[in-house]
Amino acid sequence: MYPRWFLLPGAAIYAVLFIAPTFASFYFAFTRWSFFNVEFIGFDNFVTFFTDPQLSKAFVNTLIYGVLTSGFKVVLGLALGVLLTSNILARSYLRAVVFFPVLVSTVGVGITFQALMNPSHGAINHVLAFFGISGPGWLTDPNLALYSIIAVDIWKGVGLATLIYMAGLVSIPSEYYEAATVDGASGWKNFRYITLPLVSPATTTVIILSLIGGLRSFEIIWAMTGGGPGFSSDVLASVIYKQYAAGFYGLSTAGNVVLFVLVAAVIIPLFSWLNRKQVDL
Amino acid sequence: MYKSTRRYRSAVVVGLMIAATALTGCSAGGGGGGDDSSGPVTLTWFSGAGVAANTDTMKALAAAYHEKNPNVTIKVDASGPSGSPDIDNVIKTKLATGAMPDMFWYNSGSLLAALNPDQTMLNVKDEDFVKNLDPTFVTAVSSKDGVYGVPVQSAGGGGIFYNIPIYKKLGLDIPKTWDEFLANAKKIKDAGYDAVEQTYGDAWTSQVLTLADFYNINASDSDWAKKWTENKVNFADDPVALQSFTKLQDLKDGGFLNKDFASAKLDDGLKAIATGTAANYPMLGFAEATIVANFPEHAKDVGFFGIPGDSANSAGMTVWEPSALYAPKNTKHPAEVKNFMAFVASKAGCDTITKTLGVTGAYVVKGCTLPSDAPKIVADMLPYFDSGKIAPALEFLSPVKGPNLASITVEVGSGIRSGEAGAKAYDDDSKKQAQQLGLPGW
Repeated sequence: MYPRWFLLPGAAIYAVLFIAPTFASFYFAFTRWSFFNVEFIGFDNFVTFFTDPQLSKAFVNTLIYGVLTSGFKVVLGLALGVLLTSNILARSYLRAVVFFPVLVSTVGVGITFQALMNPSHGAINHVLAFFGISGPGWLTDPNLALYSIIAVDIWKGVGLATLIYMAGLVSIPSEYYEAATVDGASGWKNFRYITLPLVSPATTTVIILSLIGGLRSFEIIWAMTGGGPGFSSDVLASVIYKQYAAGFYGLSTAGNVVLFVLVAAVIIPLFSWLNRKQVDL
Repeated sequence: MYKSTRRYRSAVVVGLMIAATALTGCSAGGGGGGDDSSGPVTLTWFSGAGVAANTDTMKALAAAYHEKNPNVTIKVDASGPSGSPDIDNVIKTKLATGAMPDMFWYNSGSLLAALNPDQTMLNVKDEDFVKNLDPTFVTAVSSKDGVYGVPVQSAGGGGIFYNIPIYKKLGLDIPKTWDEFLANAKKIKDAGYDAVEQTYGDAWTSQVLTLADFYNINASDSDWAKKWTENKVNFADDPVALQSFTKLQDLKDGGFLNKDFASAKLDDGLKAIATGTAANYPMLGFAEATIVANFPEHAKDVGFFGIPGDSANSAGMTVWEPSALYAPKNTKHPAEVKNFMAFVASKAGCDTITKTLGVTGAYVVKGCTLPSDAPKIVADMLPYFDSGKIAPALEFLSPVKGPNLASITVEVGSGIRSGEAGAKAYDDDSKKQAQQLGLPGW
């Protein structure tokens, strides 16, 4: 379609900024690296990474985080999408409100909720106390911290899922619904047998985007708990960051390779499976 | 025709934007000021934003120096992140990429060793002002090949801050052993006070008890730090060293902690110990300045003792060397920077710090004197210095310090992990640091 020279600038940028660092990282993952000296140490970094006692916990946390945020964004996004494409009052305004948190800085949201969730002088526990409930330490209870962050992540990200679903919902031709209504289908049957199958391209997009986002999530966790208390809300990305900050550049690069492999191992099969399931309009 | 011209134009615009970004990338973080050494020079001094007293010190030193050397203006840039590991990361990255301003403030000891100073920092080994410094401090700012920093505050003890009115009211004595400390804590708790304040909202404060216990380890074996560097001893298997972690567990098990220990921050802890809602707070001497600044009416209500060990006879104190002023190797104004360092490491520098913060500990610069009206916390530290019952903290004797200690001590102090498991986790964590430094025996 284009002459070769036309593709060159793009290819050059791609090679310098993407291909070269990717392959360099595969090399540095096998080294002990201090920016100045490089010593090749074989698989030692990977052995250290996988025998790290904190890591198994971070690994499980990463999966919990990815699956829960993705799952809730699908369910809530679809429900809100249906609501906001129907004929309701102030529809445009409500659409804007749902989407607004997506536009706010993630770190800003994290710091704000850190203050709101403070166990002794945060707004959330003050409101609960008004109703006579003694609120928990949202971010300080080691069993609860990860789930508090997940809830905030869902609140912040559901607007994007809703937007994608709204685009999918309005592209379903209304003839299907009219025909089904003539045949006597109920509202639930309309949803179950027309909306759900025909909106599946949007579902695929939402699952893939939010799962990738969830598995490599970092900013909101770092802003809210820094992986704490202790290591109880650490995920792969925060462990990698801490190793990088400690100056273990080779080790943290190895961690990034592991994260890359994990994301690829989850997403590629899932993507092809979801694509096979899709129905053509 | 028109369309293609427009495309061409936008391509040029994009090209210019890329070029502009690349150019700003090159100049970002430069020192600023002219290259001509005879003209006015501006030096930028970078630090983290964590502790207000540190920023005040920087500003006071900068102003005092400018008064004597009107040609040199020192700009204080305390815009770095406030806590570890973020500030460690920023410092390392700025040094490695050559983006560090003319000078920066950072810890001495093992954290300095992790910066690779021989390759990144300005060596001041042969300067006269180094001869003015205490040898223990010089070790803490040295590597194999050089000396890199001058002290920006004083050496202070780490131990227990205690509330004097509570101790008086309950008729308690300063504990000489850990068992006495726990017995006191029980009485304080029964009297309705928070026996021990902990502030894990600032995770680094959780390490203080463990780190300040090193005097007791050193008292049991004065070669311990050397053996630790050579991987011949560790915390999990040495019964004395293990106590540095189990003592933290004792506090949680005894129910001695303040209710909001998991979310409280340093300033909350200092308020509690000054105003008397809590009776004991493991803390480092530098925090004394914050108490005096924020609660001047309670400055005489807070005293200090070292972390008690097994034997009443050997009770002593762990000492923290001050943080230091360093410069990157690529500063454009090495002569001016060294001249400023000479000022900081002189009596005039010490006096400026005393005027700003009051007395917070013992200076490590020869010829510096302390005024006689030292506040109570510092006055309580001086007998330890005088009797020689002191040991530097482990991080000033060995480059091996695991980066995750704060998270591990938060776990032990919160009851998520036992003291034994915490000691083991810290040994494993330190192994990574030793391997990264390329030390033999690991």
